[in-house]
Amino acid sequence: MPKDDGIGAATVRREDVRFLTGVGQYTDDIKAYGETVAVFARSTVANGVIKSIDTTTAAGMPGVLAIFTGEDFAEVGGNPAGWLINSRDGTPMHEPKRPVLAHGKVRHVGDAYAAVIAETLEQAKNAVEAIEADIEELDAIVNMKDALAGSNYVHDEIGTNQCFDWGWIEDNRDATDAAIKGAHHVTTLELVNNRLVPNAMEPRSSRAEYKAAGDEYVLHTTSQNPHLTRLLISAFVLGIPENKLTVIAPDVGGGFGSKIYHYGEEALVLAAAKKLGRPVTWTADRTEAFLTDAHGRDHVTKIELAMDAEGNFLAFRTETLANVGAYLSNFSTATPTFLHGTLMAGNYTVPNVYVNVKAVFTNTAPVDAYRGAGRPEATYSLERVIDKAAREIGRDPIELRRQNFIKPDQYPFASAAGLEYDSGNYDALMDKMEEVADMAGFAARRKASEAKGLLRGFGVNAYIEACGIAPSNLVGVLGSRVGLYDAATVRVNATGNLSVMVGAHSHGQGHETAFPQVVAEMLGIDASTIDIVHGDTSKIPFGMGTYGSRSLAVCGSAVVRATEKVINKAKKIAAHMLEVSDGDIELKDGQFSVAGTDKSVSFGEVALKAYIPHEFPLEDIEPGLEETAFYDPANFTYPSGAYCCEVELDPETGKVSVERMTAVDDFGNVINPMIVTGQVHGGLGQGIGQALLENTTYDENGQLLSASYMDYTMPRADDLPFYTVDHSQGNPCTHNPLGVKGCGEAGAIGSPPTVVNAVIDAMQSGGKNVTHIDMPVTPHRVWSAMQNA
Amino acid sequence: MTKVTMTINGKSVAGDVGGNTLLSSFLRDDLRLTGTHIGCDTSQCGACVVHVNGRPVKSCTMFAAEAEGAEVSTIEGQANADGSLNVIQQAFQDHHGLQCGFCTPGMVMTAAALLKENPKPTVTEVREHLEGNICRCTGYHNIVKAIMAASGQDVSAIAAE
Amino acid sequence: MYAFDIERPATIGEAVSALTGEAMVLSGGQTLIPTLKSRLADPGKLVSLSGIGEMKGIGLSGRDLQIGGGTVHADVAADGSYKALSELASNIGDPAVRSRGTIGGSIANNDPAACYPAAALASGAIIVTNTREIAADDYFQGMFETALNEGEIVTAVKFPIPDAANYQKFVQPASRFALVGVFVAKYADGVRVAVTGASNEGVHRWTAAEEALTANFSVSALEGLSVSADNLISDLHGSPEYRAHLIKVMTGRAVTAAS
Repeated sequence: MPKDDGIGAATVRREDVRFLTGVGQYTDDIKAYGETVAVFARSTVANGVIKSIDTTTAAGMPGVLAIFTGEDFAEVGGNPAGWLINSRDGTPMHEPKRPVLAHGKVRHVGDAYAAVIAETLEQAKNAVEAIEADIEELDAIVNMKDALAGSNYVHDEIGTNQCFDWGWIEDNRDATDAAIKGAHHVTTLELVNNRLVPNAMEPRSSRAEYKAAGDEYVLHTTSQNPHLTRLLISAFVLGIPENKLTVIAPDVGGGFGSKIYHYGEEALVLAAAKKLGRPVTWTADRTEAFLTDAHGRDHVTKIELAMDAEGNFLAFRTETLANVGAYLSNFSTATPTFLHGTLMAGNYTVPNVYVNVKAVFTNTAPVDAYRGAGRPEATYSLERVIDKAAREIGRDPIELRRQNFIKPDQYPFASAAGLEYDSGNYDALMDKMEEVADMAGFAARRKASEAKGLLRGFGVNAYIEACGIAPSNLVGVLGSRVGLYDAATVRVNATGNLSVMVGAHSHGQGHETAFPQVVAEMLGIDASTIDIVHGDTSKIPFGMGTYGSRSLAVCGSAVVRATEKVINKAKKIAAHMLEVSDGDIELKDGQFSVAGTDKSVSFGEVALKAYIPHEFPLEDIEPGLEETAFYDPANFTYPSGAYCCEVELDPETGKVSVERMTAVDDFGNVINPMIVTGQVHGGLGQGIGQALLENTTYDENGQLLSASYMDYTMPRADDLPFYTVDHSQGNPCTHNPLGVKGCGEAGAIGSPPTVVNAVIDAMQSGGKNVTHIDMPVTPHRVWSAMQNA
Repeated sequence: MTKVTMTINGKSVAGDVGGNTLLSSFLRDDLRLTGTHIGCDTSQCGACVVHVNGRPVKSCTMFAAEAEGAEVSTIEGQANADGSLNVIQQAFQDHHGLQCGFCTPGMVMTAAALLKENPKPTVTEVREHLEGNICRCTGYHNIVKAIMAASGQDVSAIAAE
Repeated sequence: MYAFDIERPATIGEAVSALTGEAMVLSGGQTLIPTLKSRLADPGKLVSLSGIGEMKGIGLSGRDLQIGGGTVHADVAADGSYKALSELASNIGDPAVRSRGTIGGSIANNDPAACYPAAALASGAIIVTNTREIAADDYFQGMFETALNEGEIVTAVKFPIPDAANYQKFVQPASRFALVGVFVAKYADGVRVAVTGASNEGVHRWTAAEEALTANFSVSALEGLSVSADNLISDLHGSPEYRAHLIKVMTGRAVTAAS
């Protein structure tokens, strides 16, 4: 049994206490003397030419302190894309400038073209209404196919709406085509991966202060990675020297990807704070969040699966249109390419994979990584076409998958989509899933549903994903403009407690509890003496933040490396104190002892000696006990899983409910199983939401029809079931020191195809030959599909 | 401006508010009780739920002036007198019923209202009672479980770690 | 929100006197406050009804139930003397909305997807205002349209309690308003069926179903009927044809539940 606060323990979260008592500090909770408020003037049209902006009246209104327009930022840089994608013909992607405030044109509803700073929120809103903007509306570019065909451009200077035309792996193209041409059976599926709005419950908020004495700025902001935000502001946008800008992401109310990126509002409040010499806060209302947070998914895909006569997979060929919206958000170009195309071999020994992705500009909000980011799109395409194929050739969907699974003795396995999977056992996952889901009882449950007049369907899915994107050397070759390491500093204080400064940011993931479990286990000390510091660039080493299920695999590995350095140094100090050589020192349960003797010193005594270095061998050891490590992984980690669910479908209304949902995942080693289970639950909630509920709809004029909770269906407690989650089948990651994979996105990756496969099964069981239905599988869509079948 | 007086978490509080001052703004901006959160504009997310005269209310959809003379309780007043977590709060921690913490104050206040009215709810009743509280992190599993546990019911059959 | 004052009169008379100029009535505010937040109204003054004691409470006299216009949904839900109505109230919005939202506010607003209008219309309720009594059939006049005059306040609603009744709401999944809601009420002199959520005309009666159910109060009576999709609402959540279909399904379920 693990210790109650060491590795493997389901330790309750220490951060909960402040959240449960209402004393958490989110950005909008922070106030000081002289607060001012920023409100943005946002475009109500999707595409328009800014003819003029007259702020004269607004500027004279009560409480108004300053007004900015795009003109004020015309000379500063744009917010860049973090990943260069080259098209199949070798040409680089198109990268139009993304300004702080729209200049010349507005390109989506919600695009900010001016901002008012005032004493109060209502005064700022009054002034925004008084800004006279003459914006000539142009035809909106909304549909991706139309965007590629037409001659109306989101960015006129590019002369196309195609950002890039990417092939992966281009050298596999001919072989894949040939495999499909010569195959015994080819299953084709056209599908839409529906656009989602991330909807972290805390809307984005940014608050800037300027300190004239040191020409210094402090930005509190809802960020998943404050160092990246600082780097982008300093190096690309405003040019504030990095050492004059502190970025703090305090308590952050969820991110799911949408708070990875730098947004123009952050630059605006910084500029305004300097101009006014007063704190400036902007907090989005929910409508602004819908209109301006980076959205997720939005792929239109055609996928083909070729099989031989025995059902062996010969090839997957995919053509995808990926919406990037009006501007390139920071990782919008990596998401539909290297986080998607590289996963298109799935869990399978398929020899041929080719993926073509055309990224398309439209007059809609930018689209970027949202929980899963590319991998849900890959899994959905694969696992839906496999399910359809099984039905077409009359095979059991589980058996067909098992036949094509990579087997445990094949690792490391070079997938046909270019990745090297390090470990896994997909049959074991499927075995466990069949057991814990009580598949044997399905027939009886279907009967019971039918007795109520309801159809019951069973859906299954296997997924693999790639987390902790790395290594920097490889991603650099592939176009990444950032490194993908992380960092940690372990500071042992003189009194023996620890501050561990980490580059990852916790906004729900429980780092403040889980990271100390790792350090406590290594040092043999009480975890309660270890505090995690995160989110403040003035306190933590340069890390890359939290996204892509990377925190433990990448930053946790840095914590391990830094702790190892601390142990090595502490052993030297202990050896000196005990007058032996450091090779004779053993660390156990927080005691440094000399092997084979009863001589020992405690961890606390060593810490004190490090800072009060009397009689210290300064020629051999520096005072202090603090170490930093940067960790750059050798590979991605590859979590995998087998999921199944059962749905009930009301044939009269079309309403579908998920009655049972089982997720069996391989996350390698698990540090805190309670937190890991919670992460899976959250992913499942979002995945079921994508499958059944969540709809982001722009009309032909580029107006967002689902711009509030009145029309965008957020999953509620009564929409969702209890989940059965199992991670007993872990195969440790082979290349990081903890043997951990990533768990944050799995649920959102694995569940959508599972649910849709079950819906198809339910309709088929009712005698309706429906072979595909697009998400969200709303009652109206189900009813319509059954009417027409 | 209108003068309002109300009792908040057992303490009498007075303030000057405009007609359009929401109860949530009075709590957050005037009294600096920032545990009450604002997550939407359409009265749906429930992050702002407080109790007014013993009933759950969305404080973003009630004017401060309407709370004249009322007894208001907020998340800041929920812990036991010695500062320890109350039964519901403790159940949320024990069962991992929160992640980012933003919806949590509203969840706790809504749960408290439910258990006052219905001390032993069924799972279905708990889920339906949470209709006006949106959480994006937990998939609700552990929130529902925590509320069931806080009601003193056996939750060992509900899967978890 | 634009700036405005709030007045909190203690009597209906004071409230009526206070309603001058652009002033608007504030009942529970569960619809009005979000509207004000999005700056879609600029009333200058709100006249709150929440302090008017005479507008709150539920009284049963024989088979007649009178509910004060200021009575919140939670209190109607808890009452139980008209079971189908209490069940309807217990499913409006969410618990916090039910603590504030009032029957008078809902009836006065006449949102085309609200629940109470269906109950009032199907029950042949009387809408009581500060000046008169209006039969439900005359009161509801289309989407957000009622017979109320400027400055007129819904002070109470009187429901004759039917022999059998039920309300079935198929929710619009995001807002949880009715995508289609059907209230069926069976009285000695006939059956009334009111539909909400579905029509561009707002709440309305389905007279063909009423006739069929009056003759034979069972689901089988509906078999030959169909609902025209003409003038039904088309939105993100359902086509007119889908709503037409749901009207029949929900009516059948209400009959089954009421039987």
